[in-house]
Amino acid sequence: MKKNQLMEKAIHGLFLVLGLITVGCVLLITVYLVISGIPAIREIGLIDFLFGKEWASTASEPKYGILPFILTSIYGTTGAILIGVPVGFMTAVYLSKLASPKVKSVMQSAVSLLAGISSVVYGLVGMLVLVLGIRKFFDVPDGASLLAAIIVLAIMILPSIIKMSVTALDAVPKEYEDASLALGATPIETYFKVSVPAAKSGIAAAVVLGVGRAIGEAMAVMMVAGNVPNMPDSLFQSVRFLTTAVSSEMAYSSGLQQQALFSIALVLFLFIMLINATLNFFLKREKE
Amino acid sequence: MKKMITMLMVAVMAISVLTGCGGAEPSGTVATDGSTSMEKVIGALGEAFQNDTGISFTYNPTGSGSGIKAVQEGRCDIGLSSRELKAEEKEAGLSGTVLAYDGIAVIVHPENTVSDLSVETIAKIYTGEITNWSEVGGNDAEIVLIGREAGSGTRDGFESITDTEDACQYRQELTSTGDVITTVAQNPGAIGYASVASTKDTVKAVTVDGVAPTEATIKDGSYVVQRPFVLVTKTGVELSDAAQKFFDYITSADANEIISAAGVVSAN
Repeated sequence: MKKNQLMEKAIHGLFLVLGLITVGCVLLITVYLVISGIPAIREIGLIDFLFGKEWASTASEPKYGILPFILTSIYGTTGAILIGVPVGFMTAVYLSKLASPKVKSVMQSAVSLLAGISSVVYGLVGMLVLVLGIRKFFDVPDGASLLAAIIVLAIMILPSIIKMSVTALDAVPKEYEDASLALGATPIETYFKVSVPAAKSGIAAAVVLGVGRAIGEAMAVMMVAGNVPNMPDSLFQSVRFLTTAVSSEMAYSSGLQQQALFSIALVLFLFIMLINATLNFFLKREKE
Repeated sequence: MKKMITMLMVAVMAISVLTGCGGAEPSGTVATDGSTSMEKVIGALGEAFQNDTGISFTYNPTGSGSGIKAVQEGRCDIGLSSRELKAEEKEAGLSGTVLAYDGIAVIVHPENTVSDLSVETIAKIYTGEITNWSEVGGNDAEIVLIGREAGSGTRDGFESITDTEDACQYRQELTSTGDVITTVAQNPGAIGYASVASTKDTVKAVTVDGVAPTEATIKDGSYVVQRPFVLVTKTGVELSDAAQKFFDYITSADANEIISAAGVVSAN
């Protein structure tokens, strides 16, 4: 009996330690980012940094304005969500409610496979196929653009949206649907007016995941977006995202340039926190 | 649990002993300071030297100007400059030894009918003064400028040779030579630059003022999109034993292989 209790306590302690590792990592990263991100913002000035329209970090008179990156990240993520969410959501409704078990299992493994493809592969295929396709289809001089990045991101966020939404839709009690059908509603009416509202919070969580993945993606975007720090005035412009701004220059950077890259990482971090907090707020309000 | 802790401690101690070894070699040090573009070649040479002799080697990537100043002020043994020394620097008691030449090929799509450009034309293309291939004798297509990211040694080299610093109107800034070549190979209107050693058959390297980029033309200076990697020392002042050993090591024929592996043409 005593031995059992001791074992129980030991395992309890072990789990606590493992849990604390995660929390510790988050704290460490937060503290590190804040400490290394603040000095450059101080030196450049918060307003000049956030709202400066020009980034020329290695010029003889360096300029550190990250507004183009911020806007690009916002536009890129919004675009990916506008394309990815409807497609992913409809796929999820189909898989959960309409597809035959055979079709469902095949399609779900395809979706899982899509989730398992690494981002450099998305980038490479995007570079070789999508960039070329955009150049020919729209007859522009070069296809590496905001549009290419949006399409790649939209495809990359599909698996997380589909999987989360299917789980949420599958969890809707069958009685709800049966009741609706018994009252004379058609199956489609039932799915959209009963099942989907019942699974709302799960679907919203799927969108959060999608936003998180899209705004944090660097590798694939770096290969298709062109990476020139332009203001994102058009879909066919070569643009640079917050993530790629950090990763493309980090290797050779030094001094204030490097510190400014840390500041960009800090801004990106705050963005993701803000997005998560907003959506959590909506999810909570929904539940109440 | 105790056993595990003991094992962990043994492992930690073993690792610390290993790392201790490197710093404890008593045979002196060589300090180099200067050009960031030379990072790859000097890093590879320094590593090989350190492995062969046990003398420790440091490299401070500050830029050519700071490196030259550092030698002058005695803050390092050997300065690294990715440009020739100026006359006034030579008068101030410095001498340069060319270690290698960094040749940069200007590449276009294989189907591009333009095969020769002058340095002035290249500069005009990259600064956006010329925007269509028809202006330089090619087909009617917009020129798409492909370059490297800020801070890249190749970009720094290309822009300083063509005198287009901070003025290039890039359409794409890519982070590796491979990406530049892939992109140029795909777009008939594209022009890019890459170090000569890594240029592939999927793209066409144009001749500059009629000279094709080869090892021979880079060495004799007839291919102009190139710059020397110079070792800067004080004239008439003897190097320390360790530094002299390093100097002889990297200028010997044995170092050629390491130098060409780093993508530049050895001068010796």
